[in-house]
Amino acid sequence: MKLESKTPEGPLAEKWTKHKFNLKLVNPANKRKYEVIVVGTGLAGASAAASLAELGYNVKSFCFQDSPRRAHSIAAQGGINAAKNYQNDGDSVYRLFYDTVKGGDYRSREANVYRLAEVSVNIIDQCVAQGVPFAREYGGLLANRSFGGAQVSRTFYARGQTGQQLLLGAYSALNRQIANGKVKVYNRTEMLDLVVVDGKARGIVTRDLVTGKIEAHSAHAVLLCTGGYGNVFYLSTNAKGSNVTAAWRAHKKGALFGNPCFTQIHPTCIPVSGDHQSKLTLMSESLRNDGRVWVPKIAHKGLKAKEAASIPEADRDYFLERKYPSFGNLVPRDVASRNGKMVCDEGRGVGATGLAVFLDFADAIKRDGHDVISAKYGNLFDMYKQITGDDPYKMPMMIFPAVHYTMGGLWVDYNLMTNVPGLYALGEANFSDHGANRLGASALMQGLADGYFVIPYTVGDYLAHIGWNDKVSTDHPAFKEAIEAVNSRTQKLLSIKGKKTVDELHRELGLTMWEYCGMSRNAEGLKTAKKKIQEIKNEFWQNVNVLGGANELNSELEKAGRVADFIELGELMVEDALMRSESCGGHFREESQTPEGEALRKDDDFAFVSAWEYKGEGQAEEMHKEELKFEYVKLTQRSYK
Amino acid sequence: MKITLKVWRQKSKDTKGEFKTYQHDHVSSDMSFLEMMDVLNTELIKKGEDPIHFDHDCREGICGMCSMYINGQPHGPLQTTTCQLHMRSFKDGETITVEPWRAQAFPVIRDLVVDRTAFDRIQQVGGYISVNTGGVPDANSIPIAKKIADEAFDAAACIGCGACVAACKNASAMLFVSAKVSQFALLPQGHAERKERVEKMVNQMDAEGFGSCTNTSACEAECPKGISVANIARMNREYFSAMISSYEVKVGGGE
Ligand SMILES: Cc1cc2nc3c(=O)[nH]c(=O)nc-3n(C[C@H](O)[C@H](O)[C@H](O)COP(=O)(O)OP(=O)(O)OC[C@H]3O[C@@H](n4cnc5c(N)ncnc54)[C@H](O)[C@@H]3O)c2cc1C
Ligand code: SF4
Ligand code: FES
Repeated sequence: MKLESKTPEGPLAEKWTKHKFNLKLVNPANKRKYEVIVVGTGLAGASAAASLAELGYNVKSFCFQDSPRRAHSIAAQGGINAAKNYQNDGDSVYRLFYDTVKGGDYRSREANVYRLAEVSVNIIDQCVAQGVPFAREYGGLLANRSFGGAQVSRTFYARGQTGQQLLLGAYSALNRQIANGKVKVYNRTEMLDLVVVDGKARGIVTRDLVTGKIEAHSAHAVLLCTGGYGNVFYLSTNAKGSNVTAAWRAHKKGALFGNPCFTQIHPTCIPVSGDHQSKLTLMSESLRNDGRVWVPKIAHKGLKAKEAASIPEADRDYFLERKYPSFGNLVPRDVASRNGKMVCDEGRGVGATGLAVFLDFADAIKRDGHDVISAKYGNLFDMYKQITGDDPYKMPMMIFPAVHYTMGGLWVDYNLMTNVPGLYALGEANFSDHGANRLGASALMQGLADGYFVIPYTVGDYLAHIGWNDKVSTDHPAFKEAIEAVNSRTQKLLSIKGKKTVDELHRELGLTMWEYCGMSRNAEGLKTAKKKIQEIKNEFWQNVNVLGGANELNSELEKAGRVADFIELGELMVEDALMRSESCGGHFREESQTPEGEALRKDDDFAFVSAWEYKGEGQAEEMHKEELKFEYVKLTQRSYK
Repeated sequence: MKITLKVWRQKSKDTKGEFKTYQHDHVSSDMSFLEMMDVLNTELIKKGEDPIHFDHDCREGICGMCSMYINGQPHGPLQTTTCQLHMRSFKDGETITVEPWRAQAFPVIRDLVVDRTAFDRIQQVGGYISVNTGGVPDANSIPIAKKIADEAFDAAACIGCGACVAACKNASAMLFVSAKVSQFALLPQGHAERKERVEKMVNQMDAEGFGSCTNTSACEAECPKGISVANIARMNREYFSAMISSYEVKVGGGE
């Protein structure tokens, strides 16, 4: 199989404009003859569904929550990047492009990233026109902040609820099209299979989560906007329902999975408090602008936050400031996370579990006063207090890294189409723009770029080429087969009636992934993980206990299907991590480090995207390579010293 | 901690529900309320009993999915979402009663899960500014005074959870609807459709079977996002001014 990225020719800055001109258009009068399925209503899905409906296509939109407005994008806090240069501080499309390629540790496609930076400016215009209440200055113009160590202020935000406000904007555009009759929305509905006929994506099979009804939907094109797979680790900052099922079932129907091992671990999350822990809560990255990260120089077992003051200044190790004097506490996420883990591995971690470091605001409060700090972080401090019972105005926060985002995802070309014609992947569900590491405030940007400004053009080209009568009805045997497969899988899950709950098995998988395929990885550990996951898989299919029936609201059944897919995905992530014996971005291979213990990239051997092909039950997946060429950005080792 | 839970169990929309009592001996004060329910569910499954169904997703207080009526208060004793409520807010040995949102417009689907799509339908008739993707002006060409922007944000912070409806003895949705109407009434971008919007949304709200507002402010007291009843006053003004001056819109909603 040859992977064609379909990157247009010509100078970087002109590629997208030229490409748009070369794309075929659908005659306006014919648009209503086409149907498009959009799975997911997060930033990517809602913006795509609304924009396509505005153009005149008929759209079916799906989500598993009770309303499109509750997609996981709602939880994003910090902000969204755009190269507006409103602050006159030297930002530009090229700089955002450059920062993103570099931040991604040179494992993304230059042309895609440039386009992302280029359309970023349109996103802000669009959102403001929809009534998204971004933060403003006294003069009435939009405010910006610097985020995640960026040297320019290009992040737009709506207090600590940027994702919510952007999603409500896209949801309102979607609602308008629902009212217009151009979008039909299916809430509490889960996609369980993709249907491919004659090599093209033709539709999906879904389960109504309330009645259990299995249904087939056919369309000219299928867009998967189903988010990331961080929950393979069980504990993550993702919403509980976030899952890989839609992407995974598409993978098993032929779509390649790109860079599965690239996961992002966020340094500032509230630590685990016990076995009951069901998810992890992110504390915004912006806290590192004023908070200082430290642990005691010598181990103090079980040190509580309220005892922190008893450790004199001289006995504290501000390890990020010590090791990275020029970036200090603002080093990128992967560096901060790895160093936090390192000091805990040395036994110097704090808190009851020893798996935490302090994030201390005492100096900032002394310098700026309580009110200034409260104006900046008040809501985060309150949230922290509510969850932990500790007051960060009086004592340091305790933080620990947690799984946050997955850069890997379905492989797509420049048009966001997977290798299965007619099947597209948008937002966090694709692998495309963030390489091996995503910069803060860039996921929201990518989701909306894909949905508002890329897909309306590229889908049109595909539809114009196939023509409106190239559609397969749900009477086709392929749909019948897919329905039967879904039903028999459901029956299988319900019939095992074993001893372990779905959550117990999911937790075991998560622990294995975290231990061996988390913040730092080595060949031996990954091989152990492979064995362990195999055992978990066997146990799952023999010993899981899913109560209830198929024809009712059954949350255990929903979870079971998702965990079964996570287990298979886990196997592939480990395989991918094993193959990539270099360190890059969020992927740290212990065998590949500099003498100072920093990540060592190997561009000669690994400047490629790994795209995995499913070969059937029990078969090893086959890897395909998309070589990455860098014509504009010079490859250098990242250094934050 | 040990607690006793009285939980509303109802198999489906069409069956009758009842309270069932569970003794829960493995509660830690650090657990969130939902984690406490997770642990109970694990125990139930181990005993072969159907777990208790409840809605949740983000567990960060922002998606608005969680919805439990705890000891007679939506989202329990604190002014926060159920997922952000922790067991340290309860006493050892306490009996806690958990019910679904009760409102005609929010039918129970199963146990503690209710159908809130009425909220979506209200938004669909007018909860938007009619702009298509592309062709909009530069973001900074619409300056908005910070005070106005902040106030619009306060209204926009609504998470659509429905606690306001559950808190109200009339099951009125005024706080929810007025939050959206206010956001767009405050912002210049929303002015072109101001009149139609409020008329349509209020009419749809009535059509969904939500009750009328008798100004008890119970909604504001229980709203996890602190949405102010000042929005209701603003919506009333918007509505009456639309009624007396509107000639271009047919009342009836949904058009
Ligand atoms: C706590 C937190 C904070 C963050 N903060 C930021 C930030 O400040 N800035 C930033 O840029 N990024 C941030 N991110 C990342 C960002 O929020 C996500 O990457 C982004 O929102 C993903 O959007 P999406 O549209 O791709 O998917 P999602 O928003 O995850 O939406 C997925 C959709 O797919 C649907 N779905 C999934 N599977 C199925 C199925 N099988 N059948 C039917 N429907 C399905 C879901 O119902 C949902 O509608 C944050 C992430 C987290 C976890
Ligand atoms: S107004 Fe408050 S209580 Fe009502 S739906 Fe919105 S956030 Fe929930
Ligand atoms: S689960 Fe999202 S608000 Fe509670």
